Amino acid sequence: MEETLVFRTNEGIDPHLHIWGWDVAVYLFLGGLVAGLLFFTGLTMRRSEGRAGMPASVRWGAVAAPVLLGLGMLMLFVDLTYKVHVWRFYTAFRWTSPMSWGSWILVLVFPLMGVVALVLAPEVVRAPLLRLAPLAWLASLGRRWWSVVASLSIFSGVALGIYTGVLLGASVARPLWSSAALGPLFLASGISGAAALLALIEKDHAIRSWFTRADMWALGAEIVLIGAFFVGHATSTRCHLEAVELFLGGPYTGPFWGIVVVLGVGLPFVLEWLELRGRVIASAAIPLLVLVGGIALRYVILAAGQAAGVGGDAPLNTFF
Amino acid sequence: MVIDTVRCVGCNACVVACKTENDTPEGFARDWIRHVVRGTFPDLHREIYSERCNHCDNPPSVYNCPTGASRIVEGGLVVVDRSRCTGCKACVASCPYNARYVHPDGYVDKCTFCAHRVRRGLLPACVDSCPTGAMSFGDIDDPESEVSRLVSSRKVHVNNPASGCDPQVYYLM
Repeated sequence: MEETLVFRTNEGIDPHLHIWGWDVAVYLFLGGLVAGLLFFTGLTMRRSEGRAGMPASVRWGAVAAPVLLGLGMLMLFVDLTYKVHVWRFYTAFRWTSPMSWGSWILVLVFPLMGVVALVLAPEVVRAPLLRLAPLAWLASLGRRWWSVVASLSIFSGVALGIYTGVLLGASVARPLWSSAALGPLFLASGISGAAALLALIEKDHAIRSWFTRADMWALGAEIVLIGAFFVGHATSTRCHLEAVELFLGGPYTGPFWGIVVVLGVGLPFVLEWLELRGRVIASAAIPLLVLVGGIALRYVILAAGQAAGVGGDAPLNTFF
Repeated sequence: MVIDTVRCVGCNACVVACKTENDTPEGFARDWIRHVVRGTFPDLHREIYSERCNHCDNPPSVYNCPTGASRIVEGGLVVVDRSRCTGCKACVASCPYNARYVHPDGYVDKCTFCAHRVRRGLLPACVDSCPTGAMSFGDIDDPESEVSRLVSSRKVHVNNPASGCDPQVYYLM
């Protein structure tokens, strides 16, 4: 028998860690979604020789990306407890800190997204902006360096998508997050969310089918990576095993398997497969399920990583 | 820092002294007491640990800080520079000892080994207040220091050695 009593009550730490809440989950979701939008924007730019060949959904996606990322950064700002020091992120670069990398990646990605939006945005958005000479110059620069912008867009999308998972994975004190599969999993989820969003707003049937097919690949990758996440934890140390038990009979079993895996990944995968074979009428419900699954994945992983232990007094959320 | 678990009686004098010295807000503490009871009745034994930030030599809380607010200063102390802290809580998430908390004013707070006292040649408040003399403080790299002598003379335990953080609070068993 072992009994541990800790005489400590620090808010946010005891009885279990709860420092990051819904706002960080929303940021991780929006970051992933924007990563996916950048990825598809770059990919379709490379497949198309000029603006004329770009699908309408991707053009609107290029406009939405900076707005969504700005909203995500607002969520990060909301989470800060010492908001007047927010500028301190940009007075230092700490190469050992994923959050520092992320701060600078976000700043570097914004101008790229701006150029992409100026090049691709539908005329209704683009025309008024191009009346300003500097923006018109940026747009012409983007057109001239079309393939470079496309490649940078793909690279930034992949980097941003992986980063959202690495941000949690770097907190090695939390065994549930300490997984090499988390970065690729969040990237796959971000690409899936973006494909779903683009399929949702795309009017052209053939292009919508292309995004649906891409989403199926991303959802398939998510299923494989969720498997790798569990295998990695199950074959690791005792605290990893205990951490993953939160999803295997623990308090997060229902939300994880019910909302994330079944509703957010499995069901849309099956429905998309049926849709492509003409057995289910394409509807907004399928991409919406994917998007709900994407935000649920971030929220559940974020909350479970900070969750209290089950049984005994030893906190499960650390290596203690 | 070296703490003798045989001498420690868990009286909480160190906790109260820290609270008074550092004026920690109500409901928050930089140090605390942990009791561990092991065995099967009637063959039980209890260990008492006075715990705080371990001022690790390899601190993930410092490595994960995006602004450089968490840093190692002279003497190996791990401190938080309030003027640089944004309250992003990356350090809180990455500390395997849960030794950091968010101060109600917004910045992250933790044990400093009473650096302000040590600079004046005094001992940390917790060490100074210990009624049983269970706590010692000094330079572990100096082979002539009391802490080095204690560590080399007794069986020593550090919390969570598997974390790889190289904690610098040693418990004499």
